[in-house]
Amino acid sequence: MNNTEILVIDDEIQIRKLLEITLQSNGYGVVKANTAKEGLAAAAVSTSDLIILDLGLPDENGQLVLKKLREWYVKPVIILSVKNNEDDIVSALDNGANDYLIKPFRTAELLARIRSVLRNSTVSQDVPAIKYEDFEINFSTRSIIMNNAPVKFTTTQYELLTLFVKNEGKVLTHQYILGEIWGADYIAQSQYLRVFVAQLRKKIEKNPNKPTYIITESGVGYRFVAKEIE
Amino acid sequence: MNSFISLNTIQKKDQYIFSVLIIIILSTINFIFLNYIAYAIPFILLFSGLYIYIFLDIYSAVVAIILAGITWDLLFVKPHFLFDLHKIESLVTVLVFFIITLINVYIITKIKKIKKQQFVEKGLGQTVKFYDTLLNSLSHELRTPISVIIGATDNLLQQEAKISDSDKNNLLQEISIASLRLNRQVENLLNTSRLQSGFLQLKKDWCDINELIHHVIFQLADQLKDHVVNVSIKKDPLVVRIDHGLIEQVLFNLINNAAQHTAVYSVISITADYTDEKLVLTIEDNGKGFPAKEINQVFNKFYRSQNSVAGGLGLGLSIAKGFVEVHDGSIELQRSIPTGAKFIIKIPAESISLKTTEDE
Repeated sequence: MNNTEILVIDDEIQIRKLLEITLQSNGYGVVKANTAKEGLAAAAVSTSDLIILDLGLPDENGQLVLKKLREWYVKPVIILSVKNNEDDIVSALDNGANDYLIKPFRTAELLARIRSVLRNSTVSQDVPAIKYEDFEINFSTRSIIMNNAPVKFTTTQYELLTLFVKNEGKVLTHQYILGEIWGADYIAQSQYLRVFVAQLRKKIEKNPNKPTYIITESGVGYRFVAKEIE
Repeated sequence: MNSFISLNTIQKKDQYIFSVLIIIILSTINFIFLNYIAYAIPFILLFSGLYIYIFLDIYSAVVAIILAGITWDLLFVKPHFLFDLHKIESLVTVLVFFIITLINVYIITKIKKIKKQQFVEKGLGQTVKFYDTLLNSLSHELRTPISVIIGATDNLLQQEAKISDSDKNNLLQEISIASLRLNRQVENLLNTSRLQSGFLQLKKDWCDINELIHHVIFQLADQLKDHVVNVSIKKDPLVVRIDHGLIEQVLFNLINNAAQHTAVYSVISITADYTDEKLVLTIEDNGKGFPAKEINQVFNKFYRSQNSVAGGLGLGLSIAKGFVEVHDGSIELQRSIPTGAKFIIKIPAESISLKTTEDE
């Protein structure tokens, strides 16, 4: 169905096997590596379009592997991590990872992340307007239209929503969003972000308590998700 | 605590002073009443040495015994006040004195060892009981899902041809449920050991309580599908600085508990408020509530209610309490009226002031 090739760097044979079966049955080609050394070598010689990297490798710290990869590898990298390591995830995202998954992960989640990062790396976001099921953003007039009528958004709300929309499917860390919207001085002031996200949800979500657009990535940040059109 | 353990905690220096004092006092008494108790003198000194040994340690006893030997020779062997071992009798007396003491020390060492062992066994007894409970619930809670997974996969691998598609699907469903259950129990065990290690570090960050509560309810959607859940946030927005991961676990455990231990269509009410610089969360249900005599034990590790039919390790509430307490907060169980359980959590936390919440 496609000839996308994915490089899996993980030292656990069962995880490698599981990923191989899952990915191959979904039409992806799979290259496997079980150490950081092998992984870096494989990334250099293979034509992989995406790398799934486990942070807990036996021979080298995953963050370091990621940094080394990012010196020349420009395609998406998805991190695999164990739970309770939100700080690691944030640093991995800072180090250039496109997304992350927490072990144990669900297959549907994995496939959605893969599709999302592959799409983001190929589609440019340079469009005058984007339409979603419940609202529409017009970038040229800086307006948001719901039920065919413009809705009042404050500047910050508009900028925040635009930032989310332009990074659709991508997890944005609290620090990144704060820096982009409020500036470098506000990176630690994540309380503002909570309030504004709650406000945005009240405006765009059908049920703000069960958000479908702005998803919280616990301890890490937020992810804007538009309903996938298969 | 056993007496010899507590006595051993007396400072070493004090022990020596104590033994020297006893010997001096006994010697003085003996010397004064020399005429009446002459033959008993060496024994009294000897036993004082042993007595010291029983309650203190071997070194203070040795000091006491040597001192006793010297005093015996000085005070009671003629010529008085002279340390004279040249005479055969005094040398023999002192030697015999030491030999008897050594034999006694040997016997008492044995007794002490046995006593110590008994003490350790008694202590171990409780530990063993604790681990018995742990192993019982662990083997049940972990082995059940593992058995399901092994059984179901065996079926799928070996009996593949004989199983209908719908049964295949059912088996896969069972594997999925079992692994999620395993995952949850492992999470509980990990959390318990995190708490027990004492190295649990709070990662405080701003947290929207409304979002947190609804996130937990969303995670528990399956367990709550036959329950009525009411959420009431008294202040909007309620954004406080807490370790959201830990408080999420607290809410998860309490709401999950309420869902598991109440009948279908029971009502679970969750409220959140901020008063006196504290985040106040309540989780209340209208189920049967806890038996009155168990109310004091519910937060104990591996507590399982006598009336409980649902499974579980009995760690949920102890983890909830632990996570609230690392926030310097408190958790309390009350009986709700007319029936049911009501957990009240109070956590001191910074809150966003209302001024900053106004939109620009």
